[in-house]
Amino acid sequence: MAGIQELKLPSRIESVDEAAIRADEFAKEQGLGDDFVSAIDLAIRESVANAVKHGNKFAEEKTVDLTLARTDEGFEITVRDYGAGFAIDEIPDPTNPENLLKAHGRGILFMRSFMDVVEWYNHEGGGMVVKMIKRP
Amino acid sequence: MSDITISERQAGDVTILDLVGKVTIGEGSVALRGAIRRLLGEGKTKILLNLAGVGYVDSSGIGELVSSYTAVNKEGGTLKLLKLTQKIQDLLAITKLLTVFDVFDEESEALSSFA
Repeated sequence: MAGIQELKLPSRIESVDEAAIRADEFAKEQGLGDDFVSAIDLAIRESVANAVKHGNKFAEEKTVDLTLARTDEGFEITVRDYGAGFAIDEIPDPTNPENLLKAHGRGILFMRSFMDVVEWYNHEGGGMVVKMIKRP
Repeated sequence: MSDITISERQAGDVTILDLVGKVTIGEGSVALRGAIRRLLGEGKTKILLNLAGVGYVDSSGIGELVSSYTAVNKEGGTLKLLKLTQKIQDLLAITKLLTVFDVFDEESEALSSFA
Protein backbone atom coordinates (compact mmCIF):
# COMPACT_ATOMS: atom_id res chain seq x y z
CA MET A 1 0.00 0.00 0.00
CA ALA A 2 1.45 3.36 -1.01
CA GLY A 3 0.89 6.47 0.99
CA ILE A 4 2.24 9.83 1.89
CA GLN A 5 1.83 12.05 4.89
CA GLU A 6 3.06 15.60 5.41
CA LEU A 7 3.14 17.65 8.54
CA LYS A 8 4.52 20.95 9.74
CA LEU A 9 5.70 21.12 13.33
CA PRO A 10 6.75 24.07 15.48
CA SER A 11 10.41 24.34 16.46
CA ARG A 12 10.18 22.99 19.97
CA ILE A 13 11.34 19.83 21.70
CA GLU A 14 7.79 18.46 22.00
CA SER A 15 7.72 18.20 18.20
CA VAL A 16 10.24 15.36 18.42
CA ASP A 17 7.72 13.13 20.22
CA GLU A 18 4.89 14.24 17.98
CA ALA A 19 6.85 13.44 14.82
CA ALA A 20 7.83 10.02 16.16
CA ILE A 21 4.27 9.15 17.15
CA ARG A 22 2.93 10.12 13.73
CA ALA A 23 5.69 8.19 11.97
CA ASP A 24 5.10 5.10 14.12
CA GLU A 25 1.38 5.19 13.33
CA PHE A 26 2.02 5.70 9.63
CA ALA A 27 4.60 2.90 9.47
CA LYS A 28 2.29 0.50 11.30
CA GLU A 29 -0.55 1.38 8.92
CA GLN A 30 1.79 0.32 6.14
CA GLY A 31 2.18 -3.07 7.81
CA LEU A 32 5.84 -2.61 8.72
CA GLY A 33 7.33 -4.74 11.52
CA ASP A 34 8.58 -3.72 14.95
CA ASP A 35 12.30 -3.58 14.08
CA PHE A 36 11.55 -1.49 11.02
CA VAL A 37 9.31 0.87 13.00
CA SER A 38 11.92 1.13 15.75
CA ALA A 39 14.62 2.16 13.25
CA ILE A 40 12.36 4.77 11.70
CA ASP A 41 11.41 6.06 15.14
CA LEU A 42 15.03 6.71 16.09
CA ALA A 43 15.88 8.31 12.73
CA ILE A 44 12.85 10.61 12.93
CA ARG A 45 13.64 11.64 16.50
CA GLU A 46 17.26 12.45 15.70
CA SER A 47 16.52 14.32 12.47
CA VAL A 48 13.64 16.38 13.92
CA ALA A 49 15.70 17.18 17.04
CA ASN A 50 18.54 18.38 14.78
CA ALA A 51 16.12 20.51 12.75
CA VAL A 52 14.63 22.09 15.88
CA LYS A 53 17.93 22.68 17.69
CA HIS A 54 20.59 23.24 15.07
CA GLY A 55 18.54 24.17 11.98
CA ASN A 56 15.79 26.43 13.27
CA LYS A 57 17.53 27.15 16.57
CA PHE A 58 14.21 26.88 18.45
CA ALA A 59 12.68 29.82 16.51
CA GLU A 60 9.00 28.90 16.84
CA GLU A 61 7.96 30.82 13.73
CA LYS A 62 10.12 28.46 11.69
CA THR A 63 8.52 25.07 11.12
CA VAL A 64 10.02 21.65 10.71
CA ASP A 65 8.44 20.10 7.63
CA LEU A 66 8.18 16.33 7.71
CA THR A 67 7.20 14.02 4.87
CA LEU A 68 6.61 10.32 5.32
CA ALA A 69 6.13 8.18 2.25
CA ARG A 70 5.85 4.54 1.40
CA THR A 71 7.50 4.23 -2.01
CA ASP A 72 8.61 1.38 -4.24
CA GLU A 73 12.07 1.72 -2.71
CA GLY A 74 10.92 1.53 0.88
CA PHE A 75 10.00 4.00 3.59
CA GLU A 76 11.13 7.52 2.79
CA ILE A 77 11.39 10.37 5.25
CA THR A 78 12.30 13.96 4.54
CA VAL A 79 12.83 16.55 7.25
CA ARG A 80 13.26 20.19 6.25
CA ASP A 81 14.36 23.03 8.44
CA TYR A 82 14.66 26.74 7.65
CA GLY A 83 18.14 27.30 9.01
CA ALA A 84 21.44 28.30 7.46
CA GLY A 85 22.55 24.75 6.75
CA PHE A 86 25.79 23.01 7.58
CA ALA A 87 28.60 21.09 5.95
CA ILE A 88 28.10 17.43 6.71
CA ASP A 89 31.81 16.74 6.15
CA GLU A 90 32.67 19.07 9.01
CA ILE A 91 30.68 17.12 11.60
CA PRO A 92 33.23 15.36 13.84
CA ASP A 93 33.16 11.56 14.01
CA PRO A 94 31.80 10.81 17.51
CA THR A 95 33.54 7.43 17.54
CA ASN A 96 37.02 8.95 17.29
CA PRO A 97 38.77 8.48 20.62
CA GLU A 98 39.09 12.24 21.17
CA ASN A 99 35.31 12.65 20.77
CA LEU A 100 34.10 9.66 22.78
CA LEU A 101 33.44 11.65 25.94
CA LYS A 102 31.68 14.54 24.25
CA ALA A 103 28.06 14.97 25.27
CA HIS A 104 26.76 15.71 21.77
CA GLY A 105 27.18 14.75 18.14
CA ARG A 106 25.83 11.20 17.88
CA GLY A 107 22.48 11.85 16.18
CA ILE A 108 23.76 11.68 12.62
CA LEU A 109 25.65 8.48 13.44
CA PHE A 110 22.37 6.91 14.61
CA MET A 111 20.52 8.09 11.50
CA ARG A 112 23.19 6.55 9.29
CA SER A 113 23.28 3.36 11.34
CA PHE A 114 19.56 2.64 11.18
CA MET A 115 18.62 3.92 7.73
CA ASP A 116 19.85 2.67 4.34
CA VAL A 117 20.10 6.08 2.70
CA VAL A 118 20.79 9.38 4.46
CA GLU A 119 21.56 12.46 2.40
CA TRP A 120 21.39 16.21 2.88
CA TYR A 121 20.69 18.96 0.38
CA ASN A 122 19.82 22.64 0.37
CA HIS A 123 16.17 23.34 -0.35
CA GLU A 124 15.64 25.78 -3.24
CA GLY A 125 13.25 27.76 -1.04
CA GLY A 126 15.79 27.98 1.77
CA GLY A 127 16.81 25.70 4.59
CA MET A 128 18.21 22.21 4.64
CA VAL A 129 16.57 18.88 3.90
CA VAL A 130 17.63 15.49 5.11
CA LYS A 131 16.24 12.60 3.10
CA MET A 132 16.33 9.11 4.57
CA ILE A 133 15.21 5.78 3.15
CA LYS A 134 14.74 2.49 4.93
CA ARG A 135 14.43 -0.48 2.62
CA PRO A 136 12.28 -3.46 3.63
CA MET B 1 3.10 11.92 32.77
CA SER B 2 6.83 12.13 33.27
CA ASP B 3 9.11 10.45 30.73
CA ILE B 4 11.15 8.85 33.47
CA THR B 5 11.08 7.93 37.14
CA ILE B 6 14.32 7.64 39.06
CA SER B 7 14.41 5.80 42.39
CA GLU B 8 17.39 5.75 44.70
CA ARG B 9 18.68 2.84 46.77
CA GLN B 10 21.80 2.50 48.86
CA ALA B 11 23.97 -0.63 49.00
CA GLY B 12 26.85 0.13 51.34
CA ASP B 13 28.61 3.15 49.91
CA VAL B 14 27.22 2.54 46.43
CA THR B 15 24.13 4.48 45.34
CA ILE B 16 21.92 2.66 42.88
CA LEU B 17 19.59 4.65 40.68
CA ASP B 18 16.77 2.58 39.18
CA LEU B 19 15.62 4.30 36.01
CA VAL B 20 12.24 3.48 34.49
CA GLY B 21 11.04 5.16 31.31
CA LYS B 22 12.79 7.03 28.52
CA VAL B 23 16.12 8.84 28.58
CA THR B 24 15.57 11.10 25.62
CA ILE B 25 15.86 14.73 24.61
CA GLY B 26 14.01 16.93 27.08
CA GLU B 27 12.61 15.67 30.33
CA GLY B 28 14.33 12.28 30.57
CA SER B 29 17.82 13.66 30.05
CA VAL B 30 17.21 16.61 32.36
CA ALA B 31 15.94 14.32 35.14
CA LEU B 32 19.04 12.13 34.95
CA ARG B 33 21.33 15.19 35.02
CA GLY B 34 19.50 16.52 38.08
CA ALA B 35 19.73 13.21 39.92
CA ILE B 36 23.49 12.88 39.29
CA ARG B 37 24.15 16.49 40.35
CA ARG B 38 22.17 15.96 43.53
CA LEU B 39 24.12 12.79 44.43
CA LEU B 40 27.45 14.50 43.79
CA GLY B 41 26.29 17.43 45.94
CA GLU B 42 25.61 14.95 48.74
CA GLY B 43 29.09 13.50 48.35
CA LYS B 44 27.84 10.23 46.84
CA THR B 45 30.36 9.37 44.18
CA LYS B 46 29.95 5.62 43.69
CA ILE B 47 26.95 5.37 41.42
CA LEU B 48 25.35 2.43 39.66
CA LEU B 49 22.72 3.21 37.01
CA ASN B 50 20.22 0.40 36.63
CA LEU B 51 18.87 0.74 33.10
CA ALA B 52 16.72 -2.42 33.10
CA GLY B 53 13.56 -0.33 32.99
CA VAL B 54 14.73 2.04 30.28
CA GLY B 55 12.94 1.12 27.09
CA TYR B 56 14.19 3.97 25.00
CA VAL B 57 17.29 6.12 24.65
CA ASP B 58 18.21 8.57 21.90
CA SER B 59 21.47 10.40 21.16
CA SER B 60 20.61 13.01 23.76
CA GLY B 61 20.14 10.28 26.38
CA ILE B 62 23.41 8.63 25.40
CA GLY B 63 25.05 12.06 25.69
CA GLU B 64 23.59 12.42 29.16
CA LEU B 65 25.04 9.05 30.21
CA VAL B 66 28.44 10.30 29.00
CA SER B 67 28.03 13.63 30.81
CA SER B 68 27.08 11.77 33.99
CA TYR B 69 30.14 9.56 33.64
CA THR B 70 32.51 12.51 33.21
CA ALA B 71 30.85 14.55 35.99
CA VAL B 72 31.26 11.66 38.46
CA ASN B 73 34.85 11.04 37.33
CA LYS B 74 35.65 14.71 37.85
CA GLU B 75 34.62 14.33 41.50
CA GLY B 76 36.93 11.33 41.86
CA GLY B 77 34.03 8.89 41.75
CA THR B 78 32.88 6.04 39.55
CA LEU B 79 29.72 5.53 37.54
CA LYS B 80 28.84 2.10 36.18
CA LEU B 81 25.91 0.70 34.21
CA LEU B 82 23.69 -2.24 35.11
CA LYS B 83 21.31 -4.36 33.00
CA LEU B 84 21.35 -2.78 29.59
CA THR B 85 18.49 -3.64 27.27
CA GLN B 86 19.53 -4.98 23.88
CA LYS B 87 18.59 -1.67 22.27
CA ILE B 88 20.80 0.38 24.59
CA GLN B 89 23.61 -2.12 24.21
CA ASP B 90 23.37 -1.73 20.43
CA LEU B 91 23.53 2.07 20.70
CA LEU B 92 26.54 1.93 23.02
CA ALA B 93 28.24 -0.47 20.61
CA ILE B 94 27.59 1.81 17.61
CA THR B 95 29.02 4.77 19.49
CA LYS B 96 31.97 2.69 20.80
CA LEU B 97 30.96 3.65 24.34
CA LEU B 98 30.99 0.03 25.47
CA THR B 99 34.75 0.58 25.63
CA VAL B 100 34.20 3.47 28.06
CA PHE B 101 31.54 2.23 30.48
CA ASP B 102 31.81 -0.64 32.92
CA VAL B 103 28.68 -2.67 32.24
CA PHE B 104 27.20 -5.46 34.37
CA ASP B 105 24.29 -7.88 34.06
CA GLU B 106 24.18 -8.82 37.75
CA GLU B 107 23.76 -6.29 40.54
CA SER B 108 25.87 -8.28 43.00
CA GLU B 109 28.73 -8.43 40.54
CA ALA B 110 28.45 -4.70 39.87
CA LEU B 111 28.45 -3.87 43.59
CA SER B 112 31.53 -5.95 44.35
CA SER B 113 33.37 -4.25 41.48
CA PHE B 114 33.22 -0.93 43.40
CA ALA B 115 35.20 -2.36 46.30
